[in-house]
Amino acid sequence: MDKTDLAWVSLSTLLVLLMAVPGLALFYGGLVRSKNVLSVLMQVLSTFALAILIWFCYGYSLAFTQGYAFIGGFSRLLFSGMVDTAHPEYVLAGSIPELSFAAFQATFAGITCALIVGGFAERAKYSAVLVFTAIWMSLAYLPIAHMVWSPGGWLFERGALDFAGGTVVHINAGVAGLVGAYYIGSRMGYGRESMQPHNLPMSMTGACLLWAGWFGFNAGSALSANETAALAFFNTLLATAAGIAAWVAVEWKRKGKPSLLGAISGAIAGLVGITPAAGLVGAGGALIIGAAAGALCVWGVNGLKRRLGVDDTLDVFGIHGIGGIVGALLTGVFNARALGGPGLETLGAIPYQLWLQTEAILTTLAWSGLVAWLACFIADKLCGLRVSPEIEREGLDIHSHGESAYQR
Amino acid sequence: MKLITAIIKPFKLDEVREALSEIGIQGMTVTEVKGFGRQKGHTELYRGAEYSVDFLPKLRLEMAVPESMLELALEKLCAAAHTGKIGDGKIFITPIDQAIRIRTGECGEQAL
Repeated sequence: MDKTDLAWVSLSTLLVLLMAVPGLALFYGGLVRSKNVLSVLMQVLSTFALAILIWFCYGYSLAFTQGYAFIGGFSRLLFSGMVDTAHPEYVLAGSIPELSFAAFQATFAGITCALIVGGFAERAKYSAVLVFTAIWMSLAYLPIAHMVWSPGGWLFERGALDFAGGTVVHINAGVAGLVGAYYIGSRMGYGRESMQPHNLPMSMTGACLLWAGWFGFNAGSALSANETAALAFFNTLLATAAGIAAWVAVEWKRKGKPSLLGAISGAIAGLVGITPAAGLVGAGGALIIGAAAGALCVWGVNGLKRRLGVDDTLDVFGIHGIGGIVGALLTGVFNARALGGPGLETLGAIPYQLWLQTEAILTTLAWSGLVAWLACFIADKLCGLRVSPEIEREGLDIHSHGESAYQR
Repeated sequence: MKLITAIIKPFKLDEVREALSEIGIQGMTVTEVKGFGRQKGHTELYRGAEYSVDFLPKLRLEMAVPESMLELALEKLCAAAHTGKIGDGKIFITPIDQAIRIRTGECGEQAL
């Protein structure tokens, strides 16, 4: 076992935790209306916790053990055989205890499930969110994680590149959020009433915690305190700055004013874009990927959103879906050595790699989309997907959770 | 006795209060209000969603003054709240039938 690697991966696990709760929770919480802020914080915290429990019971085993092309096996149910506490030496995964690898990956499953709640925020029933999460994580997250990251997984064996989760986390969550938002329907008064964010400083705080935590997400995915981690670390810094600059520039030019919400959205877009590429491209590639993700996600939350006509409350697809697709595709380009990356030997290898990336994107879109639809269907039949119109009017905080965030 | 009700720009409050204190106005009530006049609203943009904000925040001041101080008070109030730009606000004057200081039971101008 390598103690330095263990220290780095453990710290990275904490950083990913920082991204999800509090980072994502506060980012989302500030963007909804004041009557629903607690419901969003509660959904992020709960789905994260639920994902960790599932991960321990059977999630890790199905995602990361040898099995089939689409799903792993049951050899690590309840983490069995991973740790014999009577013995001082634990089973290793690479240079760290497998227990630490499983803990690191647990936080990825958690944040992916938490990301989705942004799609149907402000109207979903709490019980339905839990049912949806349990089904979607079991039937979509685990197979996709296995396919992309686990030896023996279909897309892994094909050679699709996804350093830290562009497909597994962001496209996966993005399309699930979109399907969820479509299935549940628009919020009451959507497009007619003011639904402006109730606390942008809260969102700013959350977004910056996301940026800080994302270093664990990306650089930690090297699973070692090595040069690849250093590269992923710097790329995460640079691409985010490029994402902010690109979003602000496009918004300033097209809408007349550069907004803070635009800048923090650009940061998230840049981070999403660089996620699949972090340790697989050079700095120049990272700069271009960050800027491209930032600029295209402005379209994702404007033109594309209007065309789709779906009330994806917090733009899970517009930012995580689109940013993830941009990042996944461009990873296949800037991975080439001639373009500063550490991978593809020749420029001629790019088209085939792009096809592999496209294959992974399409598989994730279709698989996650179908499972999300099924999960909505089951949750709807079991407990009803949506709160009643009166509750939606008065707010989820007081009705679903019996508390309110602010004194009136 | 007259009741002066003034709608002013929020950032002008301190100047108005000082100007009125100087001439001996003993008290006023301030309320945060929203409304529209000729200034109209503005639009706000959050990602793809555009909202027009029709009601702008203003302050409503209410103060009771003796007949003798009315002219001077209005003059000072106007000068202090003035910026010359659209949206400076309005002043309304209404007669007061009676005023009572609750602590002592004093009535009329004694109570102001």
